[in-house]
Amino acid sequence: MSAAKNININLKIWRQKNASSKGSMETYKLDNVSTASSFLEMLDQLNEQLINERKEPVAFDHDCREGICGMCSLYINGRAHGPDTGITTCQLHMRMFNDGDTIYIEPWRSKAFPVIKDLVVDRTAFDRIQQAGGFVSVNTSGNTIDANSIPVPKDDADKAFEAAACIGCGACVATCKNGSAMLFVGAKVSQYALLPQGKVEATQRVLNMVRQMDEEGFGNCTNTGACEIECPKGISLENIARMNREFLKASVK
Amino acid sequence: MAKSALLKSSIVKKYWMALTGLFLCLFLAGHLAGNLQLIFGTSLQFNEYALFMTTNPAVKLLSYLTYISIIFHAIDGIMLTIQNKKARPIGYAKTDGSSSSLASRNMAVLGTVILVFIATHMTNFWAKMHFDKNMPLMTKTIEVEGNKQQFYVGTNVGQYYPVEQVAKEGEKIETKIMQLPKQFVIKNRTELYYLQADVKTADLYKDLHKLTVDFFKDPKLGLAFTAFYVLSMLALAFHLWHGFQSAFQSLGVNSSKLTPVIKFFGKAFAIIVPLLFAIIPIILHFKK
Repeated sequence: MSAAKNININLKIWRQKNASSKGSMETYKLDNVSTASSFLEMLDQLNEQLINERKEPVAFDHDCREGICGMCSLYINGRAHGPDTGITTCQLHMRMFNDGDTIYIEPWRSKAFPVIKDLVVDRTAFDRIQQAGGFVSVNTSGNTIDANSIPVPKDDADKAFEAAACIGCGACVATCKNGSAMLFVGAKVSQYALLPQGKVEATQRVLNMVRQMDEEGFGNCTNTGACEIECPKGISLENIARMNREFLKASVK
Repeated sequence: MAKSALLKSSIVKKYWMALTGLFLCLFLAGHLAGNLQLIFGTSLQFNEYALFMTTNPAVKLLSYLTYISIIFHAIDGIMLTIQNKKARPIGYAKTDGSSSSLASRNMAVLGTVILVFIATHMTNFWAKMHFDKNMPLMTKTIEVEGNKQQFYVGTNVGQYYPVEQVAKEGEKIETKIMQLPKQFVIKNRTELYYLQADVKTADLYKDLHKLTVDFFKDPKLGLAFTAFYVLSMLALAFHLWHGFQSAFQSLGVNSSKLTPVIKFFGKAFAIIVPLLFAIIPIILHFKK
């Protein structure tokens, strides 16, 4: 890796005062950005500059800054989580950009993810889908069963684990031309459908989660496969196919 | 069936899209086999095939399924597109597009081109074959006693009726050459009646072969018709490129073993079928 250097960049950022205001793209100039800094650190640097100029800093979501919480979002230069694969925005570094670049930063765009302020969107639609069936009902009051008491084939366990890697960041919705949440819901349905513990409530789970997904106003999947490419956790389209199978099974029961 | 889920759910719309789409792929293969007779068969063979396709009851049933599939596929597609547009009321200022194929992002546009093509195609051929009173009938030139003479071709092998002797509807013409029953009338454009007794004597062939060849050979518009046909097949190729394998994904068929086979077959189908369709009018237009 080449040594870090400082670059000067232009930023075009979506500014929106609150959920009910209109919002627009604003242009900012930011000098002396280290290529060793992360994308979010660059935004911190911009906010310091804005505060020094007595202007409103840019609001954006972030939490763990190590690619696991799913909090950071941002549609950067036309791609969810920016120009790299298998990462969240906090794992994106400024070395991916060149001196003089103009970088577009926009919030996730979806009817189901309304903008709260600037780059922050309300992703509680995902929580409501999860609450509609993304769980197993287990009595945990003092008589927890040992996890290994039910044998699970290794292949199924691996696939369930891969589906469970979904961090619910919403990149699939943001990148899908239809604003569809089917990769998210497919992953959540698959995670349980593959395991014996999840089979008990499988029928109601898929019907309820898909119903909630539709009610939230997400679009319909047209199998473009963009979600799979942009997913920071590499969730496969196989999960959507599995959800489609589960839904058919549940519907004819 | 669980509640009304099978009627309005997003996933159910995908099932219908996939099922009607795959059925229409079967239709395409059948239609292509018929069209290839324009190149590899005789005109009689093609007209025999056309007659079979417009009269056989089993074919009729299949054709109604095809009409329903086309209509349903289009309506479902429009509904999905409208919902999908609503799911993102404010678009992005900058989009990249590298994460999905051009065909997959433009299925609605490609589908619209194909629908317009189907409408013109059915007006030009299907409607004429079914409803046009002036549809040409198949004739054959045979030498009789040294004179070349035009005959209508009966659907029973060996039946020929001299064109001159067959009266137009209601009109009487005296027989001249052949020792045949006196006057004939064509009741509708396929059936030949003996006028005096009002007895059906034969079925004739509608000349779809001639209609098709003339259409693409038309001195004024033949080239334009051919070009539009070829462009529509290009749209079909892109539509199938994404649509074929997409249908299996929608129906839940996706596994590491099956998917590569489906994708390979789908892409081969998307290239070969529209290509063969498109070659036929090109040959018809430029031949001779």
